[in-house]
Amino acid sequence: MNKVVALTGNEAAAEAMRQINPDVVAAYPITPQTELMHKFSDFVADAVVKTEMILVESEHSAMSACIGACAAGARVMTATSANGLAFMWEVVYIAASLRLPIVMTVVNRALSGPINIHCDHSDTMGCRDSGWIQLYGENPQEAYDNIIQAIRIAEHPDVRLPVMPTFDGFIISHTLERLEILSDEEVGKFIGAWKPVHPLLDIAHPVTYGPLDLQDYYFEHKKGQAEAMKRAKGVVLAVGKEYGALSGREYGFFEEYKTRDAEQIILCLGSASGTVKSVVDGLREKGRRTGVLKLRMFRPFPAEEILSAIGHAKSIAVLDRAEGFSGLGGPLFPEVRSALYGRSDAKVINYVYGLGGRDLSPEMILSVFDDLEEGRITDREAVHLGVRI
Amino acid sequence: MKKLTEIRWHGRGGQGVKTACEFVAAVAINEGKFSQGFPDYGPERSGAPMRGFTRISSNLIREHCAVYHPDLVLVLDESLIGPEDVCEGLTDAGSLIINTKRPAAEFKKSCKGTVWTIDATGIALNEIGRPIPNMPMVGALIRVTGLLNLESLLEDVRRDFSKKFDQKTVEGNIRAIRKAYDEVKKNGS
Repeated sequence: MNKVVALTGNEAAAEAMRQINPDVVAAYPITPQTELMHKFSDFVADAVVKTEMILVESEHSAMSACIGACAAGARVMTATSANGLAFMWEVVYIAASLRLPIVMTVVNRALSGPINIHCDHSDTMGCRDSGWIQLYGENPQEAYDNIIQAIRIAEHPDVRLPVMPTFDGFIISHTLERLEILSDEEVGKFIGAWKPVHPLLDIAHPVTYGPLDLQDYYFEHKKGQAEAMKRAKGVVLAVGKEYGALSGREYGFFEEYKTRDAEQIILCLGSASGTVKSVVDGLREKGRRTGVLKLRMFRPFPAEEILSAIGHAKSIAVLDRAEGFSGLGGPLFPEVRSALYGRSDAKVINYVYGLGGRDLSPEMILSVFDDLEEGRITDREAVHLGVRI
Repeated sequence: MKKLTEIRWHGRGGQGVKTACEFVAAVAINEGKFSQGFPDYGPERSGAPMRGFTRISSNLIREHCAVYHPDLVLVLDESLIGPEDVCEGLTDAGSLIINTKRPAAEFKKSCKGTVWTIDATGIALNEIGRPIPNMPMVGALIRVTGLLNLESLLEDVRRDFSKKFDQKTVEGNIRAIRKAYDEVKKNGS
């Protein structure tokens, strides 16, 4: 049974964590940590969750503690943002390679410098190759829904990988909105009881975590991670479908919004896609065949499915909320274009937008659709949308 | 009801813009509407100009951007008129509510739309004992837009504020909202 509530993105994420009731949460309690963990620590202090909360001296230690706790046999969650994620870097990779199903929500905010605390995707794009599954949410509703599904995806025996549900800093984290939440019982039943796999604390069955792995097996273990990532695709779909049956909100790799007959399509992540949808509605009323593909899952990257969904378009704009400094475009662009390469006639161009929280206005989105229709933009370098130089 | 109503708040850090823009959204959601409320975080200094936004609709709200074409603008500090373009995007069909003791006619020439005035700071001082004009401005908003029910909003104030404030402050806020609802004046009336 869905219940309507008014929550910010951070509050919605904390509510999901309360309902999941993880065994251990390790977190750094100061900026760049967000209000999400502040709210969750209230739940711990009020004893409405049974979580063992470990407050550590850095994000590097936060992830290290999560790794230890998860390997020991606990269901583990954490959250971070921006430079906090950057500071975790080396252990983020280790969590994935140890195949530990940790769920870490990341509130997307710009990496300094210059010093900035507002939204962009430079933090999570920076660890796109770390071996974590990444799910981008559009609004507080999806922030909530993705975190609950992330537990199931991470812990699935075919996957056993950490998952990073994300949502846009301030734009979603600090926006109060209407959303629907499930009951505690429904969430508990959906995620199921935690069953540790090869826990360190099972002393009757001793195991080793994190030993030296040189030329002999490192490569095979990396291939194992890559295979698990591939298998995650089927699990993400199955979990999304099951969640849909429970909540009425089904999830896949992406949302196709008026793309079926669209000639011009924008592909983007996160909160921007909502504003693009409303611009598409306006253009459709004028008879312009436009659409948006909101990518939810960036890792693993659903290349074949993206090709099927938008390969028919005349032109496609990929919107990146991170600078890649390649000159060619942001991190999302080359992956989309290589998914379409040789298989689609669409012209694919790249816009970098919204860095450091710069607002993406409906007028800017309109200018992108105009560019696409008039075919006046080069596909050989990125356009920086709304920048003043 | 119009499909989507977009509201922009202009105030200074410490005047309660964040609280008000989110509170109105929460009330709308409690009434069964779709709504969102969010501040435009800047340097977060007391006294610095800041903006807040509220959207209210009978349908799902997809936009996640600032309000560029408001139906209603609220100005919590009249000294912002001039330094800030508070009228940006406002049309003749729109409304502007200014916290001021001066008559609406003095503001009419600088802005499109209907100008409403209310001495929100004066009301806050008298009823709550602090010069924080956000809640009287909420009262004026209810009257001008007719979007939300005053009595259900006051119930929400009583329930939510009682968690944080003493009974005297809660009742003061309720009186301040009612007074501003009654006293907000339209252009020349």
